[in-house]
Amino acid sequence: MTRTSALNRAVVRGLSPFGGDRAARLVPQARLAGPMPWVIAIMVALTVVAAAGGLALQNMVEAARAELSGGATVQVIEAFPAAREEQARAVETALAADPAVASYRRVPEAELDALLEPWLGVGSADATVPVPALIDVRLRGAADRAAIDRLQTRLLDVAPDARVDAQSGWLQPVFGAITSLQWLAIALVVLLALTSAAAVWLAARSALGSNRNTIEIVHLLGGTDGQIARIFQRSVGYDAALGGAVGLAIGIAGVVVLGRQFAALASGMVAGGGLTLPDWLTLAAIPVAGVAIAVITARLTVLAAVRRML
Amino acid sequence: MSDFDSEIVAFDNVGLRYGTEGEVLRDVSFTLYPGSFYFLTGASGAGKTSLLKLLYLAQRPSRGAIRMFGADVITLPRARLPAFRRRLGVVFQDFRLVSHLSAFDNVALPLRVSGVPESDIAKPVADMLDWVGLSHRHEARPATLSGGEQQRVAIARAVIGRPDMLIADEPTGNVDPEMALKLLRLFEALNRLGTTVVVATHDVHLLKKVPDSLIMRLDKGQLSDPTGALRYPPRAAHRERPAS
Repeated sequence: MTRTSALNRAVVRGLSPFGGDRAARLVPQARLAGPMPWVIAIMVALTVVAAAGGLALQNMVEAARAELSGGATVQVIEAFPAAREEQARAVETALAADPAVASYRRVPEAELDALLEPWLGVGSADATVPVPALIDVRLRGAADRAAIDRLQTRLLDVAPDARVDAQSGWLQPVFGAITSLQWLAIALVVLLALTSAAAVWLAARSALGSNRNTIEIVHLLGGTDGQIARIFQRSVGYDAALGGAVGLAIGIAGVVVLGRQFAALASGMVAGGGLTLPDWLTLAAIPVAGVAIAVITARLTVLAAVRRML
Repeated sequence: MSDFDSEIVAFDNVGLRYGTEGEVLRDVSFTLYPGSFYFLTGASGAGKTSLLKLLYLAQRPSRGAIRMFGADVITLPRARLPAFRRRLGVVFQDFRLVSHLSAFDNVALPLRVSGVPESDIAKPVADMLDWVGLSHRHEARPATLSGGEQQRVAIARAVIGRPDMLIADEPTGNVDPEMALKLLRLFEALNRLGTTVVVATHDVHLLKKVPDSLIMRLDKGQLSDPTGALRYPPRAAHRERPAS
């Protein structure tokens, strides 16, 4: 009895003078009957989807970068098959002796033919087009510009037609596009946050207008600006919490459906775009941030309005 | 500045105008002392409500100086005014009850604003509602109360916090003579406890019912004080009244 009733009294009374339900009741509560929770729900749902997209892209890029960070490709571009084979073997020998190389693999011709088949047709590659010899290299460190240049210089002596490329370099345009999409997602999240704040600002102003008499009474009875702001903060906070919960549920459902659709693509790069536990926790924090934005906006709006009174 | 350090309110050449209109109050100077009972009279449009607005800190004057509880409320930082308002009890002419709160919650409002614990609110509010004859209507919303009942709720709200100064704008305008007398006795009881009372009224019969009261008469925005009793009241009179 004691603990429960003490807690109930605290909820009713609030944690500061003239807070809690007693203060909040000064403003008629519409709850889900009003537009505020639904506006917040839509904003939170859209923010969750946009943020999930941004996080998935981030994960995708990080997975691809991690996979390709130590990767380099040596191409031996020589038209004559015998000379090409000779240089390729010399490259393999040099790579085997290089302490900076963790591993290497000569891509078999059959594999190259399979890669080229969609463009050149079956069996045509070896006969008509001189296909470079390809060696997939894993460096012990990052395949940065310095490492690639060093390897290129080392191989030039034994295989003058060898060309070394960092594997990540090939995907640089893709990374660039994904980074742009990430910025777009961040911009969307910021815009949605601003829109939510604007919606709360309008709602708070509307509530202020329709409760002007009550505010003036509390003001004239000695209510402080902070007390008056708390009345509205609490009301807006409830609405935002309700809307945030609904919006989170809708947003998470949308993310799960989209995730399944992308997972079905079974593409190597997309597979790295799954959401981790911290990502899900970040998404779960969006309605909390939404409530904070709503409460702060309501407070600032109300304070700005009541400061016009004496 | 007055030579009485115990003054509760002092107006010095106060003027008030709304917008670009002419002054509704002109050169108003007077001093109110603790424990005194004042009637503010005057014809409609004389400026009674404007003067009361200045008294209950809803309005700043256009000119002049106002001291209240020892402080210059014109230059006082805005954040400090709520503490002064909590020392006042106000009965508004239009009652100004919160429409969606019960009579009980309306009366309890000043206590809650002042941070009185919830456990210390129920009894005084119930007693006050009982005193104004509305204990049976404690859950009623203002819209379901008659004009007289609303007025009694407004009076109960104004006096529940035992204010240092009670300001009442036509407090008996909507009640029958018997209730009017009863309310006047409540004001007198508060006055005897040390509360300064300012009652604006048209009712000349009311003035006679509080023999020791001082009368402030407003005429076209100017306070008539032919004897100077308001600006310079007898020192002994205002000091002895609270103890009487």
